Amino acid sequence: MAKATFEVPELSQYLDVPPVTPQTMAHSKPFVAKPEFQAPLGFPGELMDDWQEKALDKMGELLGKYRSLRVYLDSCVKCGSCTDKCHYYLGTKDPKNMPVGRQDLMRKVYRRYFTLAGKLFPKLVGAEDFTKDVLDDWYSYFHQCSQCRRCSVFCPYGIDTAEISMAAREIMDSIGVGQKYCNEIISKVYTIGNNLGLPGPALKDTLEGLEEDVYDDTGVAVRYPLDEVGADILLVTPSADFFAEPHVDGLIGYGKVFHEAGVTWTLSSHASEAANFGMFIGSYDNMRRVAQRIREAAIELKVKRIVFGECGHAWRVAYSFLNTLVGPWDFLDPRYPVPQHICEFTYNLIQEGKLTFDKGENDDKVLTYHDSCNVARASRMGDTPGGQFEIPRAIIRATCNHFFDMDEDTIRDRTFCCGGGGGLLTDDLMELRVKGAKPRVEALNNVMLEKGVTHMAAICAICKSQFTKVLPYYGMEMDQIVSLHQLVSNAIVLTPALDDEDDEEEAEEAA
Amino acid sequence: MSFLTTVYAYLYYFAALVLLAGVTFKVVQYARTPAPLKIPTTPAPTTRAGVVLRMTREVVLFESLFRGNKWTWIFGWIFHFGLFLVTLRHLRYFMEPVWLPIELVQPFGVYGGMAMVVGLAGLWARRFFVDRVRYISSPSDHLILALLIVIGCTGLLMKFVFHTDVVAVKSFFIGLYSFDPQPLPGDPLLLLHLFLVAALMIIFPYSKLLHAPGLFFSPSRNQVDNPREQRHIAPWAKRLEQ
Ligand code: SF4
Ligand code: SF4
Repeated sequence: MAKATFEVPELSQYLDVPPVTPQTMAHSKPFVAKPEFQAPLGFPGELMDDWQEKALDKMGELLGKYRSLRVYLDSCVKCGSCTDKCHYYLGTKDPKNMPVGRQDLMRKVYRRYFTLAGKLFPKLVGAEDFTKDVLDDWYSYFHQCSQCRRCSVFCPYGIDTAEISMAAREIMDSIGVGQKYCNEIISKVYTIGNNLGLPGPALKDTLEGLEEDVYDDTGVAVRYPLDEVGADILLVTPSADFFAEPHVDGLIGYGKVFHEAGVTWTLSSHASEAANFGMFIGSYDNMRRVAQRIREAAIELKVKRIVFGECGHAWRVAYSFLNTLVGPWDFLDPRYPVPQHICEFTYNLIQEGKLTFDKGENDDKVLTYHDSCNVARASRMGDTPGGQFEIPRAIIRATCNHFFDMDEDTIRDRTFCCGGGGGLLTDDLMELRVKGAKPRVEALNNVMLEKGVTHMAAICAICKSQFTKVLPYYGMEMDQIVSLHQLVSNAIVLTPALDDEDDEEEAEEAA
Repeated sequence: MSFLTTVYAYLYYFAALVLLAGVTFKVVQYARTPAPLKIPTTPAPTTRAGVVLRMTREVVLFESLFRGNKWTWIFGWIFHFGLFLVTLRHLRYFMEPVWLPIELVQPFGVYGGMAMVVGLAGLWARRFFVDRVRYISSPSDHLILALLIVIGCTGLLMKFVFHTDVVAVKSFFIGLYSFDPQPLPGDPLLLLHLFLVAALMIIFPYSKLLHAPGLFFSPSRNQVDNPREQRHIAPWAKRLEQ
């Protein structure tokens, strides 16, 4: 078990709701972004002198721009339905991690400055001045929300705390109080092209290495092309897929699926990142700028379709916002939705009978599936509502013999966050990440005990990174988390090209 | 016209004005504020008709609350359904002749009044006994519950114990329409009941009671899940493209 400077929660068999224990996580804060990471995003470098006035101006602006914020700040009746739904509350006991407790950090300021009741009778309605202490609370607790939207499922008015967290982060950024992890990553996307700061030549190397590995493994020349003008499909995938385990096994899987489909495809060094951290900081402008790269790459490479790899929030931005942010996409082939998810792509091929699997290849594993929040509660796959739950499961069933779902209350739209979403996947928040993962790990532990589950598949880069790091704290192995397309990759039966030796030479020439 | 009648007549004109103007202002404000991004909580319907069905389930059955907390759902639903029946029953004070459906609902309205009080009592008890709900309750949350319970109890007392002259009450309200209020009976229970109802009308647009119109404007519930098929762009966002 990894060493921890904090207490790792004990797992129990049933989800128990802890008693309210104020301030247990008041100390938890991410590092503050330095001026050099603030500037490229268009934010002031450090906390401004007249920050209060500026913050209230920004809040007024956002209230006029986002109906969600306006309606959600007004509508909460304090019914309590959301109080025991947030994994961070369940793992930390801190009442400011109850969704309504978190919202109230902003609501009390909203009431004080934007409502008559709060101006006249602040005490009565729980309105408070926007003091430095309140701002500090904002910084702590709005960075203890992974924007997973679980709370919104159970609220009678659909109040989505994620919307409020995003607005709070945008307000804080606008007065110079940014979060280092998110803002540094967005800067890297602007300067280098992806979150990890991998330059084009490094990508090329990695992909060539993959081609060799797959050839050695299978004897079939599967291609992993970069920047190939005129390919049918542009694949946009999280940069973690280019090197880290288990992510890269997923990328290997996508390549094999494309190979079997007989389509041409390419990655782009310009848009070598599916993630869009602009969403995490609630900044429409930055989200739009990050998304713009995908449009540019699609035009430059003259592709007909866009497919997204396994990344949860990237899929949310792609599915729900890409058309809004940088559409219309009328220059692409109208027969396909823009964009498509790699799971939709694979699933369609399975439906058409175009893929052959040897399920036995995955017999060393008993699988369960983790629905990633942004996929489950903020996007869709396929044509019918809920396709995002069924399609990945159908792929697992097609490629594996042993699959069991976790408890009903913890999957599909009630899924528990991995604990690392929303820009919290940073070492400075390790305590929060470990505690926030508790409800998910508990459900996993239960199917491990009851059904002999050994592995959990996921389709989100953040989930995969988070579990790799966090499972050891609970006495589990980091490699118990796998990519969904890793299962596909293991089981898929590849069709060798007519003359694979020649193919390989061509590939080398092209490279 | 007696002093009391005059005071109550003005009180009700004022309350009606605040309620109407306040709620209209809020609804217009909500409607005018753009929802720049598609954010329905999925799985969400992919058609308008599906959204109407989803909203109907929310309004009538409190579907999400049911999934969230059974106790709050039971008490909340009993209270709201009771309130609905009571409101229907009270319509007879504001119309002449009284429509048949309103005639028919009269006896149920009385049960509605009881249900209302039971539901409210349950909701209030949760604010004391559940530590999480206690933590999030502010004085105004308690006061609104108190206000509603007293309204309910005074109403029931008038029905069962200290009867009031309902004919006179009716002519008072009908008189208000033509700016010719008729004398209001002076019994304290009625006056308290009416005073609190007016107070409720006045705080409505300034309080969490805005959840009633708010529900219809919640983007996570009222949006159609079709972002790939249709471009959804707010006017302010469109300006960024030029
Ligand atoms: S969005 Fe998720 S992390 Fe944030 S408050 Fe709601 S349940 Fe908690
Ligand atoms: S469920 Fe909704 S209305 Fe109830 S307390 Fe939570 S945010 Fe407020």
